[in-house]
Amino acid sequence: MSLDSKIPEGPLAEKWTKHQFNLKLVNPANKRKYDIIVVGTGLAGGSAAASFGELGYNVKSFCYQDSPRRAHSIAAQGGINAAKNYKNDGDSVFRLFYDTVKGGDYRSREANVHRLSEVSNNIIDQCVAQGVPFAREYGGLLDNRSFGGAQVSRTFYARGQTGQQLLLGAYSALSRQIAAGKVTMFTRTEMLDVVIIDGKARGIVTRNMVTGKIESHSAHAVVLATGGYGNVFFLSTNAMGCNASAAWRAYKKGAFFGNPCYTQIHPTCIPVHGDQQSKLTLMSESLRNDGRVWVPKELSVSEKLRRGELKPKDVAEEDRDYYLERIYPSFGNLVPRDVASRNAKNVCDEGRGVGETGLAVFLDFRDAIARDGEDTIRAKYGNLFQMYEKITADNPYKTPMMIYPAVHYTMGGLWVDYNLQTTIPGLFAAGECNFSDHGANRLGASALMQGLADGYFVLPYTIGDYLTGVPIKKIDTDHEAFTEAEQVIKDRIHKLLNIKGTKTVDHFHKELGKIMWEKCGMARNEKRLKEAKVEIQQLREEYWKDVKILGVNEELNMTLEKAMRVADFMELGELMVDDALDRKESCGGHFREESQTEEGEAKRDDENFSYVSAWEFKGEGAPAKLNKEALVFENVKLTQRSYK
Amino acid sequence: MEKVRNYTLKIWRQPNAQSKGEFKTYEVKNISTGSSFLEMLDILNEEISEAGEDPVHFDHDCREGICGMCSLFINGRPHGPEEEITVCQLHMRTFPNNTTITIEPWRAKAFPVIKDLIVDRSAFDRIIQSGGFVSVNTGSVPDGNAIPIPKQNADLAMDAAACIGCGACVAACKNASAMLFVSAKVSQLALLPQGQVERKKRALAMVDQMDKEGFGSCTNTGACEAECPKGIDLSNIARMNREYFTASLTS
Ligand SMILES: Cc1cc2nc3c(=O)[nH]c(=O)nc-3n(C[C@H](O)[C@H](O)[C@H](O)COP(=O)(O)OP(=O)(O)OC[C@H]3O[C@@H](n4cnc5c(N)ncnc54)[C@H](O)[C@@H]3O)c2cc1C
Ligand code: SF4
Ligand code: FES
Repeated sequence: MSLDSKIPEGPLAEKWTKHQFNLKLVNPANKRKYDIIVVGTGLAGGSAAASFGELGYNVKSFCYQDSPRRAHSIAAQGGINAAKNYKNDGDSVFRLFYDTVKGGDYRSREANVHRLSEVSNNIIDQCVAQGVPFAREYGGLLDNRSFGGAQVSRTFYARGQTGQQLLLGAYSALSRQIAAGKVTMFTRTEMLDVVIIDGKARGIVTRNMVTGKIESHSAHAVVLATGGYGNVFFLSTNAMGCNASAAWRAYKKGAFFGNPCYTQIHPTCIPVHGDQQSKLTLMSESLRNDGRVWVPKELSVSEKLRRGELKPKDVAEEDRDYYLERIYPSFGNLVPRDVASRNAKNVCDEGRGVGETGLAVFLDFRDAIARDGEDTIRAKYGNLFQMYEKITADNPYKTPMMIYPAVHYTMGGLWVDYNLQTTIPGLFAAGECNFSDHGANRLGASALMQGLADGYFVLPYTIGDYLTGVPIKKIDTDHEAFTEAEQVIKDRIHKLLNIKGTKTVDHFHKELGKIMWEKCGMARNEKRLKEAKVEIQQLREEYWKDVKILGVNEELNMTLEKAMRVADFMELGELMVDDALDRKESCGGHFREESQTEEGEAKRDDENFSYVSAWEFKGEGAPAKLNKEALVFENVKLTQRSYK
Repeated sequence: MEKVRNYTLKIWRQPNAQSKGEFKTYEVKNISTGSSFLEMLDILNEEISEAGEDPVHFDHDCREGICGMCSLFINGRPHGPEEEITVCQLHMRTFPNNTTITIEPWRAKAFPVIKDLIVDRSAFDRIIQSGGFVSVNTGSVPDGNAIPIPKQNADLAMDAAACIGCGACVAACKNASAMLFVSAKVSQLALLPQGQVERKKRALAMVDQMDKEGFGSCTNTGACEAECPKGIDLSNIARMNREYFTASLTS
């Protein structure tokens, strides 16, 4: 199968407008005859379902939580970008586009990113109209801040709860459509497969998480907006239920998976406290504006700190290594996420890490407090310091914070064309679950923007164009394709429940996480990746022989839910390793040890790797096939990143 | 301070909505003081699963105090003993060594138990569906800066909008009233110019739906405010009462 990204012809800035005009429209009287399934109620799915409902389509919306308002988009703290240029500081659609393509280390599509920048402004208008309480200045106008090293202030925010407020906005729009009868909501319902009839996506199979009932839902088109797969690593900043199952099932039914190895590791998370840890908490990146990152110069000092024989504040100035400031004198503590993360891991691997586990570095506000006073620091970071203290029982005004990198976002996802359609006709993917706009590295405040762009402003146009080619006649869920898919799932559940092995699901998930973090994390090399592949295969084999799942299918069973997700993670993990093996360059957040400059910095290889990897499922046990979509850059000049 | 602690747990077990529940006692040992409350339950679940007993079911997702999914009634208090945090943010260092901890689900007629510690809070969704929105369609809205909003109002609206829909206010209230939750949404939209057009209709519809769902009445005791993990202020209830009365008088 050949990949057609369907990027419209013409100058960059006119592509989307022209394309919108060329897209076919569904006759208004016919819209109510079309059914659309939207899986996921985060920013992408919530906004899409609400907008489809407003247009007149019949929508079925699904989420695994007890309410659509709880999708993990709710956890985003920092903000959302838009090219409003309200600050008159030189921002523009083109600049936001340019920064995003560069930030993605030239591994994303120009046309998609430009469209994202274009609609970014509409998003802010839409959210304000819904009553989203964005931060404002004293004059009553919207406030902005600069985020993640951007040179302009283009980030809109609602205290430290931007994701929550944007999601509640989408949720309110969705609620209005539910009340209007245009959207039917299915909560505590997990999608387990997509159903293809005559080569087109025509529905899904789900499990009611309360009763265990396996059910089929038929529609004219299916949208997946099921979020990212960071939980492959066991520990991540994702919510406990975040999973890859929907996307993975679609992959196994023929949707290509784009750039699976692209994961983002965030440098400022609260370190792991021990084996009992279940998830990681992000501390806003803004802390690096004033905090200084350091570890001791000498191993012996680190050891004393770890044993609690020495207090951080008693480490003399000359014994401290402010390594980011030392290695990157011009950017210092503000180097991009990937550089900060990799260096933290390096110093800890050298044995100079701090904290009980040795897997932490200091983020010290001592000098900032001395310079600006405690009140100023409190005004800027008070709530973050408080949150940190709640979790760690350490007071950051008195003793340095400790941080460590953690998996935070997955740039990879289902491959989609410009219309956000996967390689399965009628199956669309939006938000974090597609691969589309962030290349090899996502800039801060751009995921919220992408989710809402996809849902409010892209899909409502592109899905209509697709539907004009689909007959109005509905397909009954009695169709054999549905009954077959249901049976496959029932068999799978039966098989899992009857393994009756000796090890818990979490045991396997933790093991998988360890392999992925050590061997397919921030820094990779061929040897360790090859080891990882074998280890994952072995672990998977053991899983299907020895996992222990209690209870029955016919009632709420959180172990079973998890077991199905982990089974999918174990397959996806191997594909991530395959992809990482293929990409022999360092790019974005990924440091391929074989590809570095003399100074030990990441070296991108545009000549050989300027492509999107789109993996194709070739059957159980058979190697996946790599398809390449060449990336063409006509509007930006490719440069190597340098932060020295 | 000891690094690990032991506890006796008295946990509400109820296989499903139809059956009658009961307390069951468990012992957990060597719990790190740095563990969160939910991690402590994870450990218990690993142990009882290994011994062949169905794990204790509880709702949770983000584990960072924002999704509103976690909902445990601990030692007689929703979200446990600490102020302004959710259960998932609660750490075991808060609980002295060798003590007994009682864990129950939210108890309210409008929140029926589904299993163990999990309740059905869909009543909250239906209240929002009855009017907790501004009726604008996607597209064709004015520029974000077309209507300036005094910072003070925007800030107050944000204070109210911080509600995570967890239901602790209902669980805390002896009448199982949902006034704090409903008033937070009514206030947020009443404070913003975007919410003005539907202001009266919204207050009436949401209060009406709240009553239909079987939540109790408000007797101004303030238990909700004291237990709310997001510090939602009682003044929101007063604002909603004003909204409601003005709306009923004029419509
Ligand atoms: C802690 C944190 C902070 C962040 N901060 C920022 C920030 O400041 N700015 C920014 O731009 N981005 C930020 N991000 C990234 C951003 O929040 C996410 O990428 C984005 O919100 C994802 O939205 P989504 O709609 O694609 O998916 P989600 O919000 O994750 O929604 C997924 C939906 O799919 C449903 N679902 C999943 N699987 C299934 C299934 N099998 N069956 C049925 N339903 C299913 C879920 O129930 C849920 O409704 C942050 C991320 C995290 C984790
Ligand atoms: S008002 Fe407070 S306690 Fe009630 S639902 Fe909202 S956040 Fe929870
Ligand atoms: S699990 Fe999300 S608020 Fe507690």
